[in-house]
This record gives sequence, C-alpha cells and structure tokens, in this order.
Amino acid sequence: MTPNLTYVIVIGVLVAAGVTLLLERSLTRVLMGVILLGNGANLLLLTGGQAGGPPIVGTTPQEEMSDPLPQAMILTAIVITLGMTAFLLALAYRSWHLNGHDEVQDDVEDRRIMDLAERDEGPGDADAGSGDDDDDDDPTGGNRPVATTADAGRTG
Amino acid sequence: MTYLVPLPVVMPLLGAALTLLLLGRPRAQRWVSLTVLTATVAVAATLLVRSSMDGPLVVEVGGWVAPLGIVLVADQLAALMLVVSASVTLCVLVYSIGQGMADGSEETPLSVYHPTYLVLTAGVCNAFLSGDLFNLYVGFEILLVASYVLLTLGSTETRIRAGTTYVVVSLLSSVIFLIAIGLVYASTGTLNLAQLVDRLDALPDDLRLLLQGMLLLAFGIKAAVFPLSAWLPDSYPTAPAPVTAVFAGLLTKVGVYAIIRTETLLFPGGRTATLLLVTAVLTMVVGILGAVAQSDIKRLLSFTLISHIGYMLFGVGLTSSLGLSAAIFYVVHHITIQTTLFLAAGLVERRGGSTAMDRLGGLARLSPLLAVLFFVPALNLAGIPPFSGFLGKLGLVQAGIDDGGPLAWILVVGGLLTSLLTLYAVARVWNLAFWRAPHPDMPAGDDAEQAARTDGAVEPDEGTAGQSGAVLPKLMIAPTIALVAFGLALTVVAGPLFELSTDAADDLLRRTPYVDAVFPGGAP
Repeated sequence: MTPNLTYVIVIGVLVAAGVTLLLERSLTRVLMGVILLGNGANLLLLTGGQAGGPPIVGTTPQEEMSDPLPQAMILTAIVITLGMTAFLLALAYRSWHLNGHDEVQDDVEDRRIMDLAERDEGPGDADAGSGDDDDDDDPTGGNRPVATTADAGRTG
Repeated sequence: MTYLVPLPVVMPLLGAALTLLLLGRPRAQRWVSLTVLTATVAVAATLLVRSSMDGPLVVEVGGWVAPLGIVLVADQLAALMLVVSASVTLCVLVYSIGQGMADGSEETPLSVYHPTYLVLTAGVCNAFLSGDLFNLYVGFEILLVASYVLLTLGSTETRIRAGTTYVVVSLLSSVIFLIAIGLVYASTGTLNLAQLVDRLDALPDDLRLLLQGMLLLAFGIKAAVFPLSAWLPDSYPTAPAPVTAVFAGLLTKVGVYAIIRTETLLFPGGRTATLLLVTAVLTMVVGILGAVAQSDIKRLLSFTLISHIGYMLFGVGLTSSLGLSAAIFYVVHHITIQTTLFLAAGLVERRGGSTAMDRLGGLARLSPLLAVLFFVPALNLAGIPPFSGFLGKLGLVQAGIDDGGPLAWILVVGGLLTSLLTLYAVARVWNLAFWRAPHPDMPAGDDAEQAARTDGAVEPDEGTAGQSGAVLPKLMIAPTIALVAFGLALTVVAGPLFELSTDAADDLLRRTPYVDAVFPGGAP
C-alpha cells in the first residue's frame, strides 16, 4: 500500500500550521493550533488503512473494502477533540473574564527569578527595566526576549 | 474469574454517573464514591492474587475476538499497580471528604468533585488494564480530561493560570501519542499489544526506532522525565491538597507504567537503553537540585516527584530482571510515599495557614502528631534504612553494580547523590517548618488548646477559626495515618513484594506469558 501524496502534503501543512499556532501566547490561537494538529493526526490515522468501498458486507467485495478500523479510531479521536475544544474555550473565556486577556502566563518561578535578576541588576539585564513594547524583530540580541516575556508575565 | 477484569473501569464510571445524578446531595455522593472505591480495591486485590497464581487474566470486551476487538489484560504488573492506585485513591477520597466537611462545603458543594474523581480513577484503571494501544490512549484521555477539571476546580485566577500550562502541554503529548498510534497502525496493521510483539519484530530497525521514539516522547511528557518536566512544578502545587496528592501519586506513574510496558513488551533489546539511562540521571539530579532551591513545601515536593521518576527510568534502562523488578518496587513505594507527603503538606497548610517555609515554624511542638506524619514518609522518601525507599534504592544500586557498565556506575553515583540531596531537602523542611520557634503569623496554641477553643461553649472569634482554623479534622488525619502505615507495611512485606515484582519483571522480559494469555492458540 502506498500513501497518497496529497494526503501527506495536507497532513504536513496541518501539522506545521498547528505547531506554529501552538507556540502563540493567546489561548484562543493555541486552541486553533490544537484543532489543526488534531485534524492532521486524524488524517494520518486515515492514511494508515487501506482505501476502498464502504466496508459493509454485501455492498462491496471483500478485497475492495476500505479498512474500517482507522475510521472508528478517528471517530473516537474527534469526540475527544470536541470535548477538549469545549474545555479550552471555557478556560479561555474564564481567563478573559478574570484577567481581561487569554494569554498563557509565565511560570511563577520564572517570574520570581526575573524579578530577582532585575533587582540585582543581574547578568545581561541592565536595560531590561526600560524595556519598551516593540516586537521581537528588534536585533539587540539575547536579552530582548527575556525582557518581553517578563513584561507579558507582569501584565497578569 | 475473568469477569472481574473490566470491573475496575466499569464500577467507577457507573459510580460517576450515579454521583452525577445525585447532584446536590453530598451525603449520598460521598457514600456512593466510598462504596465504589472500596469495591475497586477489593476487585484489584482479587485480580492480583488470581493473576499471580494462574497467569494473566484476559477479557475480550464486548465478545469481539482478540485482534479485532479490544482486550483488557490483568497481568501481575497491571494488577499490582491497580491495587496500589486504588488503595491510594480511596485514602485520598476519605481525606478530601474530611476536608470538605470541615470547610462546611455542605452548603456550597463543589458537586462535580465526586463524579470527576471517579472518572479519573476509571481512566487510571483503564490505562493499567489496556491490552491495546488505542485503548491505552483512551484511558490516558479519560484521566487527563478528569485531571483538567480537578486542577481548575473553583476556577480561581492562580488555578486558571496553572491549568492553562498543564492543559496545553498534556494536549500536545496526546497528539504526539495519537500520531505514534497512526504510524504504528500504518506500519503493522494492528494495535493489539500482543499481536504487535511479532509484527514489530518483523519491521526494519530504523522504522522501529522511530515508533519507539515517538511513544517514548509521548509517555515521557506524561511521566515528567527531565527535559519534558517543566510543566509539573508549575501546575501541581496550586490545586487543592487532595487533588495534588492523587495527581502526584498516580498520573506520572501511569506514564512510567506505559514506558515499562512498551519498552519490555513491544521494543525489547534495549536500543534506547542509553537514552533512558542518560535521561534518568539528568531527571534525578536536576529535579532534586530544583527541590533544594524551593521555599514552598508543595513546590519542593513537586520537584522531588520529578527527581524520583529518574529512579524508575534507571531500573527500566538497565533492562535486567533485577533492575526492572527494583523499578516496579520503586513505583509502588513512590506512589504511596509521594501521596502521603502531599497529604501531610495539606495538613501543614491547614495547621499553619501556609506552605511557605518562611512563614511556618514550631509545628513539631504545636502539633506532634502532624510532625510524625510528615517525618516518617519524608525519611522514607530520602531512603533511610528500615524504610521501603531504602530497599527500592538498594535494589536499583545492586542492579546497577551488576550491570557494571560505566553509565550504570554514573547512575549509581547519581542515585546516591540524589538520595542524599533528598534528605537535605526534607531536612530543610523539617528544620524550618517544624523545629524552629513558631512564626508570629501562625495560629497560636497547641492542639489541645485549639480543640478546647472550638469545642468550648464560646463561639470562636471571627478571625481565628476561619478557613485555616487550626484544628485538624479527624477524617483528614485518619487517611494520612493509614497511608503512613501503608508505607511502613511496604517495609514489612518487602520480601514477598520484591518476589512479586521479580515475577512480574521476569514475565515482562519473557514476553510469552502475555502473548500466550491473549492468543492461547498463537498470535495470528
């Protein structure tokens, strides 16, 4: 059995887009990423079985039937993804309700360490206090992402 | 006797449905949950006895024949895990009931707690019993979804923050697992574990390694193995004490169980042994260094949890019978002890009003019973001689020395160092929270005075007996004592338990008992 190239490309695009969205800070985008990733995984499951006619005895000769097992598994996976989507939406809504945004916030530990570093004027953090809100295409080098995450964490 | 096998999954699920119907009647909910979990413990114990006498028990769910239908298999490893996890969940349930009653939540009940807790138990049992890769995935999902709800109970700000991280990381690991399942099915045409044994052996080596790597990655995230463990100390400590306790005891161990199962049954031969050993030593040392740096008891315990996962991987990575057997023993020990410590931390929070070590002190004088309840499992975790933690580590060190390779020696040294640093970490808790003079912010007076104050005819004054009212409810203390005693009993029955785990390890390494039980006439 050789997999269909169209399938493979579609799966690749879905997974790539899903992973990109998953790396975002906003929980809604993360949710989109999870949905895309889940769909990519489901398609991958589908390509694992043989393609063919409906697997019902009497309608299709046995050799030409498609493999029903991946379809059953995809159904299960879709139901699980549905439940997860509902839960994540509720979580994002609650987060928006409490904080006015739905961003994934920094680890408590990370924030504490960053606060400590700031107070001590620790290594590479001398200009972190005056961090302005520009994007991360700023070419100043290593300490810039630290400063932006610190700001994102403190808004919570 | 095989009709018993699905019961640990079915009973909690039915119980969950029943408790959901009984919304708003906390008393009835409590009795249903207690009955169901007690029955689960009894069934699990029977399964353990039967499976060690007659070999693995197999049920074809719905009567569908093995490679087509889904099988549930209770071999010695699965049954042992079932017994320990069911006992621990029962104790934690009693503890949470005690906490709920003491907080007067009868008026404002978190009514979804009981159904969710039972669903979590069902998911854990399903993962242990599953003889099919997809069913294992479903078991994981059941327990994860239940854990999302439990972790964000009350949906306060900190819990939403912690829950977000936890949910996103868990979702990612689930997708990785699902992709791995898709690849396994595409390359072998089956997901039945027993049938996969032969079919995976027939695959080209590089493809097998890819499948093994994907599964290890998915389970590694769930088990909180070092580079994949950052989510755990961030999310666990914010949950209510009983929830953290049951998560710490069970969820990561389900991941470890899945690693043991796949590494022995599906991918024997130790091609990833080096990888496992290296991650094991990193998990142990990095985890415990994290614990040493913490100032909050719950976060400290979360780091020791990660660190000690390394010991189990150590045993699995050695791929010898002794190593595997010690790893299984260690899983049993660690489920019990880590849960006990988190329950004790919950009691500390109640008694002292906080788990931050700089705001605690003098608990040994104020509440000697609580001090004992923390001290015994803490020493057990560190591996002080008479306790089971020492015996488990001894087995692992012996297995490492028997192996004799340079990496095994590094692990032996790493393991001993971790044990020492664990002792240092818990001794710090002991010194700061229990031994020094009481902190001025803490509720004053010792246990007797506190009890007198609440029992007395005088109404407790407005502030003193609030949420962190300093009297510890009996229903919270009793299950903690029971778990401490269970941990001590592991020492007493260590001989038979080690024999049992050695039997289980031998069966795992031979692989044939499992396959023969599922396919008595040979695998199709």
